[in-house]
Amino acid sequence: MPTPERMPSSQSLQSSSSSQGAFSSQTASASIWDPVAETQAAEQRQALQIERLRALVERVATVPFYRAYFERQDLGPQRIRSLDDLRRLPFTTKDDLRRHHPFGFLTVPRAEVARIHGSSGTTGTPTFVAYTKGDLALWADLCARFLVAGGLQPQHTVQVAFGYGLFTGGFGLHYGIERVGAAIIPAAAGNTRRQLTIMRDLDPEVLICTPSYALTIADGARELGIDPRGLPIRFGHFGGEPWTEDLRLEIEQQLDIQAFNNYGLSEVIGPGVSGECAERNGMHIQDDHFLVECLDPDTLEPVPEGEPGELVITTLTREAMPLLRYRTRDIARLYRGPCPCGRTSLRMSRISGRSDDMLIIRGVNLFPSQIEEALLRVEGTTAHYLIEVERPGTPGRSMDELTVKVEIQRETFSDRMDRMQALRDRIAQEIHAIAGIRAKVELVEPRSLERFVGKAKRVIDRREGSD
Amino acid sequence: MKLQQLSLFLENRPGRLDAPLEAIAAAGINILTLSLADTAQFGILRLIVRDWDKARQVLDDGGWVANLTEVVAVDVEDRPGGLAEVLKVLDQAGVNIEYMYAFSSYRPGKAILIFRFEDPDQAIKVLLDQGIRALDSDELIHADA
Repeated sequence: MPTPERMPSSQSLQSSSSSQGAFSSQTASASIWDPVAETQAAEQRQALQIERLRALVERVATVPFYRAYFERQDLGPQRIRSLDDLRRLPFTTKDDLRRHHPFGFLTVPRAEVARIHGSSGTTGTPTFVAYTKGDLALWADLCARFLVAGGLQPQHTVQVAFGYGLFTGGFGLHYGIERVGAAIIPAAAGNTRRQLTIMRDLDPEVLICTPSYALTIADGARELGIDPRGLPIRFGHFGGEPWTEDLRLEIEQQLDIQAFNNYGLSEVIGPGVSGECAERNGMHIQDDHFLVECLDPDTLEPVPEGEPGELVITTLTREAMPLLRYRTRDIARLYRGPCPCGRTSLRMSRISGRSDDMLIIRGVNLFPSQIEEALLRVEGTTAHYLIEVERPGTPGRSMDELTVKVEIQRETFSDRMDRMQALRDRIAQEIHAIAGIRAKVELVEPRSLERFVGKAKRVIDRREGSD
Repeated sequence: MKLQQLSLFLENRPGRLDAPLEAIAAAGINILTLSLADTAQFGILRLIVRDWDKARQVLDDGGWVANLTEVVAVDVEDRPGGLAEVLKVLDQAGVNIEYMYAFSSYRPGKAILIFRFEDPDQAIKVLLDQGIRALDSDELIHADA
């Protein structure tokens, strides 16, 4: 791991402060934050991974959840000889984290915890993730890697329009940028008008936010009569929600920038698990720190390379809360082939879906069960409902739209229009209270939604199709 | 003095009105009058029919959600100010109207107002005190025949 004061070594970094040089393939491929780690030969990488995996198994044996498994299976670090032995290790799920909430997976004394992040808690029980000082340093470093791979240089100014708080996006990227040595404007999410004022006054070259917020900024500019293509931003790193290649093109076109994708999740560390280089042919996984498997979510067997499967991540070097084989539920593809940028890591495609029914709407996690919970609070509305998600593709208006269709029943029907409207409003309010999301509620005729013999299909997601 | 009104929920889409009306027609039920309240997304169809129990059965069987509500029918002079006089009476007595609709009458010079009151009994009393009588279903039905 590079020391904090270490600077990227490439000469081209220092010389490419002109407006076009930063992300031409030639210069960017030379911009590697940690060349030793990122361009390591495959055999060396594997040796490092095995060594780290063995040490990890030893460390997590203090976690009762894992210890019980090891005892049952008669497992220990001595049984880890090759990477194939990873498959002997137990899976960890979000439910496991919840059952041992808040600190059941902690492997260090509480006194060594330096920061705590967590999921938004919209699904009921929040999950907290603890970091030691070492974890925070690693995290900053991992973010620095993908930021630099996507063109960030020390002389740049970056506007961070991610939420700062329990959400890992804001602070994760913040310290990554600081590690690179660039200037940070911690604008945080929201208040689009102010974001634009800051942009105009401070000329940041880089924008960091969710992909949908990038479009909101473009919209906001147009509303103020500003051409979004004239904004100072030259490139952006976007994450926090799945997005498509179409959306990338739209962002690039509307803001006249280059848009880079990165991936991470709070349970594992936050952003920094992987990110794109200038080649943009998949996200480089920081696989010296994360072992990523791609499994069939039903059989839990590996899928062939290049096929879609659920990502399962083992955190090789996390100190406070290392996890074995964390089931992310995110569906993606893995690629091993070489990348012209020189990095030797495993690469992953963008996230194409979920193996559970979780939806990410405008950056907020949503489970259909939350909608059901909201409907339970409004008497008589639970029986039949349908969740529809769309991302209308018209330029300038690409926000996710959530519609919840609810069948009217005898007990919810009134001949009074005001009561029907109040019913609709109440459902929308309950959804907002539980899921933190504004939904359009539509009351529909009884028996108008499809009936299912087996498991009901409650979600129609029309956002897919471009990946 | 009170009438049963059938109400049913409809989505506001082309053609949604046809099916329930056809079902009622197929059962040989004549509609005395109706009103449709709508928003951009859904509507409420309100019907006054002679055989409301039968009509409701037909709608239930057809998969609609229909309910029965007590409404009050008042006949007024079919001339400017006819409605306003009744409304004034109700207003002065503090009677709350949920909604209303009107139709021209079978009787020359008369119009009929259908009211949905929060408290129909109190409303009928107020109207009677002022010499305004609510029609019962026989009167409506006879007139229709």
